[in-house]
Amino acid sequence: MGDIFKPESETQVLDAVKWAVSGNARALGVRGHGSKDGLGRPLQADSMLDLSGLSGIELYEPEELVMTARAGTPIADVQAALDEAEQMLAFEPWSPEHIYGTEGGTVGGLFAAAQAGPRRPLAGAARDHLLGFRAVSGRGEIFKSGGRVVKNVTGFDLSKLMAGSMGTLAVMTEVTLKVLPKPEKARTILVFGAPDPGQAMRDAQNSPYEVSGVAHLPGEIAARSSVSYVSGAGTGVTAVRVEGPAPSVEARCEALRELLAVHGEVEELHTHNTHALWREIRDVRLLPNDQALWRISVPPTDGAEVVEKLWGDHYFDWAGGLIWSTQALVDSERVRGALKGGHATLMRAPDDVRASVDVFQPQADGVQALTDRLRAGFDPHGILNPGRM
Amino acid sequence: MKMPVPDQGVIERRAEIIDRLRAIVPGEGVIVDEGELRAYECDGLMAYKQLPMVVVLPQTTDQVSRVLKTCHELGVKIVPRGAGTGLSGGALPLADAVTLGLGKFNKILEIDYDNRCVVAQPGVTNRAITDAVEDEGFYYAPDPSSKIACTIGGNVAENAGGMHCLKYGLTTNNVLGVKMVLMTGEVIRLGGKHLDAGGLDLLGAVTGSEGLLGVITEVTVRILKQPASAKALLVGFPSVEAGGQCVAKIIGAGIIPGAMEMMDKMAIGAMQKFVDSGYPLDVESLLVVELDGPKAEVKHLCERVRAIAEDAGSTFLRISESEEERQQFWKGRMSAFPSVGRISPDYLTMDGTIPRHRLADVLARMTVLSEHYGLRVANVFHAGDGNLHPLILFDANEPGELDKAEAFGHDILRLCVEVGGVLSGEHGIGVEKRDLMGEMFTEDDMKQQQRLKCAFDTTGLLNPGKVYPTLHRCAELGKMHVSGGRLPFPDIPRF
Repeated sequence: MGDIFKPESETQVLDAVKWAVSGNARALGVRGHGSKDGLGRPLQADSMLDLSGLSGIELYEPEELVMTARAGTPIADVQAALDEAEQMLAFEPWSPEHIYGTEGGTVGGLFAAAQAGPRRPLAGAARDHLLGFRAVSGRGEIFKSGGRVVKNVTGFDLSKLMAGSMGTLAVMTEVTLKVLPKPEKARTILVFGAPDPGQAMRDAQNSPYEVSGVAHLPGEIAARSSVSYVSGAGTGVTAVRVEGPAPSVEARCEALRELLAVHGEVEELHTHNTHALWREIRDVRLLPNDQALWRISVPPTDGAEVVEKLWGDHYFDWAGGLIWSTQALVDSERVRGALKGGHATLMRAPDDVRASVDVFQPQADGVQALTDRLRAGFDPHGILNPGRM
Repeated sequence: MKMPVPDQGVIERRAEIIDRLRAIVPGEGVIVDEGELRAYECDGLMAYKQLPMVVVLPQTTDQVSRVLKTCHELGVKIVPRGAGTGLSGGALPLADAVTLGLGKFNKILEIDYDNRCVVAQPGVTNRAITDAVEDEGFYYAPDPSSKIACTIGGNVAENAGGMHCLKYGLTTNNVLGVKMVLMTGEVIRLGGKHLDAGGLDLLGAVTGSEGLLGVITEVTVRILKQPASAKALLVGFPSVEAGGQCVAKIIGAGIIPGAMEMMDKMAIGAMQKFVDSGYPLDVESLLVVELDGPKAEVKHLCERVRAIAEDAGSTFLRISESEEERQQFWKGRMSAFPSVGRISPDYLTMDGTIPRHRLADVLARMTVLSEHYGLRVANVFHAGDGNLHPLILFDANEPGELDKAEAFGHDILRLCVEVGGVLSGEHGIGVEKRDLMGEMFTEDDMKQQQRLKCAFDTTGLLNPGKVYPTLHRCAELGKMHVSGGRLPFPDIPRF
């Protein structure tokens, strides 16, 4: 490892990138706290840009549902500010704690890795909440895109490109995000032993009751839950979360109990257990953390067929559209061969494995060529987190 | 409005170009007669008109691909067009370009209730998607006011919004996938029936790209189940400030209504004159707040919003008692444009977004501008998300008045940017706001955006003259100019 830069201003980020581009470094690793170093291809960089010094919430206006923070701001700080105003990141980002055994994480990293959880189908992904950003491109140019308002079609929407770009393309220095009020109340309807879990999930998802999470845990996965109603079920558990004002949650839970009764015995979790269960689902706490982990996004109806071709442990989120799957051995061809549409990301595997397989879904030729041209436009020398995606 | 200088060489080759296009799209699919071309001379921004060199109406993705490939070879520009309802001139023809209309792509290809999505050709209207699925209780959420006429392909190109995007998102939050043709004729697919991209989110970048990146020939959108019930509140205030306060307090209380619209006195008067919606005429600002969801939720939230409104000093408050009454409350707001058309021979529709708390300030300064220009302005406002639609009233038959109205409009948009907002919330930049991009973006900001353009369309043949005041050549943008091999500021903490 060569130099490690810890800039405290955007100008210093610019200087470091310019320094690298001028031939002083072949590659510049871009990271916040390194909480997700295990995601993507292992980093091969001779110098490092540590953004954790670029920290601080610069603007937070709860009535405007908007926050601007420097990219290296700890998520914990963002979370604390939001908690105080009873607001949240509605896309429900997963925490790296169980997946990677790491702590911390920065708000820039959160968007760079596009972390989204169970509420994603209802509330949108990380990309839907990134209203704007400032960044330094791999060319050594400071630029901004988007703004601080939700409705904005002024120019191309580069925020979408930056969300999930894993620190390639450009170094984000500041993000402006949309925040939303926390729901007043949350409950979960559990259905035990549904013979067709896919149908049970879709019935809930496609109901008019605005569910904010629909997951299914096979029996052996459910047994690992810290929530006794789930672990004691002795069978597969389908979980449906309902959030909102109290009278609404009560009415919707009642309607869902009735709707889902055809699939099996029904139980209801109150706030505390609801939070515990969905944290387990969001953070993949019910799967072993010493095996390779896949995150697979498919059309919800494909879910059942896909898992038949997989091995190891798995469970469903997003009404069947998201599969979390662990396997002792990595066989990316077999995993990706099981998909008819969608994509599979190898979220966790030893470094040498991640160095030798496609961590992200290989793209069709035309799309790959387009992606390559795009990268060449933003970072022609390929100095920013090269090879990480 | 300066458009790129037409390429005389291309215009001279018109006959050859027509022959080449006819070899791809037979019969009536290639339009060349002046009388017929007239129908394509402008879009919803009628202040600007230009006859296209030729119009082509392909029917298949393969035809679109061959048209683009041919034009790429011949160096001929392309202007894509949906229904031509856009309000920013994104589909304004060019004298030396082929206008490529997607009106014949008018079929819904698949309705997949299990996966909550519809696959449609781009020429299907926004409303037709909801029509196709509403028997099963579903709908497509984004609802621009032109929804009966505007097409889903155009919605994706413009990232269209509507009244309900406060709660349900804009087009970009409701599109799952597209099939599109690049300028070279290459056909690609982005997204599908699943969520999110496996690599870079190119779909997100394409949405709202105003026809500069590719021609969309198929769209997959997410559909939602209709809310079980809905009620609307009509709330009047003695000042704009009080109305704005009420909006802030509703959201501050953690309530995200299905829609929250505001109008000023001039707009209220025009609407009530046009259609009786029960709007009070003795208030300075009026809110229509719609709450949707299960009956119990709607009832609960109506009471909470009522309490907030009274606390904010409302002088008029009605809650819809029936579905008919709810629709009546909306009638006026829905007919904002024709209502204003009734009280003025012409009007310009502006579309800035501002941070909500600046509303009163912005409206006050707009009043000053209105006096300065001697033109009236009526305001309708997607209050929940800060999207302001000032309608500037003028008479195009009065010499100089259009110029005055445009200057007024530009001042309003500059004001929006000055207070932390943006030039366009949902109508797009097109040609209308193109020359104001510099108010919001630096040269480097725009260069970065144009590098996205270069990745999709190296030649710059796709919809030139739109969005960006200067379209840099891709070769120029590709060059690197980095100065200083040494670290110029040695004070970066370094380890």
